[in-house]
Amino acid sequence: MAVCNTVPRKKASICELQQNAAEIRRMVDNMFQNAGGGHYGGCLSEVDVLTALYFRILNVDPQNPRWDDRDRFVLSKGHGAGGLYCTLALAGFFAPERLSTLNQLDSAFGMHPDMSKVPGADMSTGSLGLGICAAVGMAIAGKLDKKSWRVYSLLGDGECHEGVVWEAAMAASHHRLDNLTAIVDRNALSMDGPTEEVMSLEPFAAKWEAFGWAVRTINGHNMREIVDALEAVPFVPGRPSLIVARTTKGKGISFIENRWDCHYASLNPEQGERARKELA
Amino acid sequence: MGAIDMELYRKLGTRDALGATLAEIGGEYPELVVLAADCLASVRGKAFAAKFPERAINFGIAEADMMMAAAGMATCGKIPVACTFGFLASLRAGEMIRSGICYPKLNVKIAATSSGLAMGDGGTTHHIIEDIAVLRSFANLTILAPCDGVATTKAVRAAIEFPGPVYLRLGRGGEPNVYKDDFDFEIGKAVTLREGSDVTIIAVGAVILRALEAADILAKKGVSARVIDMITLKPIDRDIILKAARETKLIVTAEDHNILGGLGGAVAEVLSEEPSVPLRRVGIKDTFCSIGPTDELMDKYGLSGKAIAKEVLDYT
Ligand SMILES: Cc1ncc(C[n+]2csc(CCOP(=O)(O)OP(=O)(O)O)c2C)c(N)n1
Repeated sequence: MAVCNTVPRKKASICELQQNAAEIRRMVDNMFQNAGGGHYGGCLSEVDVLTALYFRILNVDPQNPRWDDRDRFVLSKGHGAGGLYCTLALAGFFAPERLSTLNQLDSAFGMHPDMSKVPGADMSTGSLGLGICAAVGMAIAGKLDKKSWRVYSLLGDGECHEGVVWEAAMAASHHRLDNLTAIVDRNALSMDGPTEEVMSLEPFAAKWEAFGWAVRTINGHNMREIVDALEAVPFVPGRPSLIVARTTKGKGISFIENRWDCHYASLNPEQGERARKELA
Repeated sequence: MGAIDMELYRKLGTRDALGATLAEIGGEYPELVVLAADCLASVRGKAFAAKFPERAINFGIAEADMMMAAAGMATCGKIPVACTFGFLASLRAGEMIRSGICYPKLNVKIAATSSGLAMGDGGTTHHIIEDIAVLRSFANLTILAPCDGVATTKAVRAAIEFPGPVYLRLGRGGEPNVYKDDFDFEIGKAVTLREGSDVTIIAVGAVILRALEAADILAKKGVSARVIDMITLKPIDRDIILKAARETKLIVTAEDHNILGGLGGAVAEVLSEEPSVPLRRVGIKDTFCSIGPTDELMDKYGLSGKAIAKEVLDYT
């Protein structure tokens, strides 16, 4: 395994992060092929952001996933669980072999993360829009207890159709939650097609700004840009930070990239072989 | 209504039958509109959208908004069919169904897919084993739960004809055919799938096949089991329940739902009002279910044909 660093609390270099991201993409594909399918699109688009978080940004302890003073991460786009599981496994939260049970009876690992079963998962999610609300609650709790740990949450762009996301957005700026960072995986596709055709989100960054957030737009596959943005939070003291990460849905497998109908995909043997080659 | 190609619907599961039916009847009902929350493809609504592009309306991932918009459209004479996953229809948009649709008694149809444990690998967020309990308590709501494609096309057609709020509790698709013959579907009438004189099994949706399997097991043990499909969950068919109570010695209900407040609860309510026979309820024992393939989960949580038969044998 071409992995430079599996100890997340030692900050990985950009090169190491890139290698880890490549490895996580291979793990995701491997896990989904083994399970007979998965949310390829959204799991591959989010990998670079997750890698930066778990190998450079988050102050977490894989040996002690419930450590009180850890940074929190809420995967609000819960169907991105595949990417999260592989990231957590590579970061040492649990043995990667456990991922071969994905979706099987009584597995800890299903399509969406279960915080009671997955070491390192800070919230159970899967119903879109709810995770960011929980992240707001965590950030308020952290402020109440005068803690220095931070809260991060990753949303889908389609997920931002949900009204409750904007209730959370309002609450976060109202309560001046500068300990909260949300990242939106702006791959421009949801389940029925391009977000701008299904239900337009633009002007997207301006919406968040209007809700009181400090916003930065980055290339969500450029590790340098991801790290720079995440290391710069809070962008403005007293305000929650939002990173619009422009990404490609299905990133890394050419015939899945930018295909709304590959939001969930099962690969046939030839496709599986091609995917493996492309990710190698 | 034109002749229905039943051969087609025998091959389709509930979800595909929903989409095919909407596309088929869209021409007959110019006021029919199909609403989806980023799940038009998932609910097989793209065929309707291809034929009637202006009448297929996507709300994005915003189920609550979609449900209230359906209410608003109904006040203007439209017949909205609001489609989404069961957990989102009944829970996320549950208040909209109650206060926005049932309270003013608006002519909205709610097509809810992947009910029960149909999204087994989706985990608890995507299971919906609480919908019957919640929705049954909404006044003015009719709840239909067809178990296969034939029953679905009939239920969808009946729902569109029916003036008032209707909730269709559908599966994820791919369900084997149960209704081999044309049957008369009528809202409020349960269907006796198999005659029997010793005991009665009342089941619904994905559990129907398992109830039939239980009846097979029981037949081998010399127990004659009647099997009833409670295809209309509300208003419940009191007559068929009371008839079973008169004619058989035991009633067992079976459902892919929390044992609290679902089909078993509804049957218990009917039986409590009349001199009655013993009732046993088979359902998920007030627990969230783990992750897994639907069939394996149903077996694990006591919904196998064997487990239903055992429930009968333990009490006969
Ligand atoms: C509240 C809710 N509505 C619908 C769904 C079904 N669903 C799962 S993923 C998805 C599309 C998500 O799109 P997006 O948020 O853009 O995620 P990505 O493209 O990153 O996968 C939908 C509609 C859900 N899980 N929760």
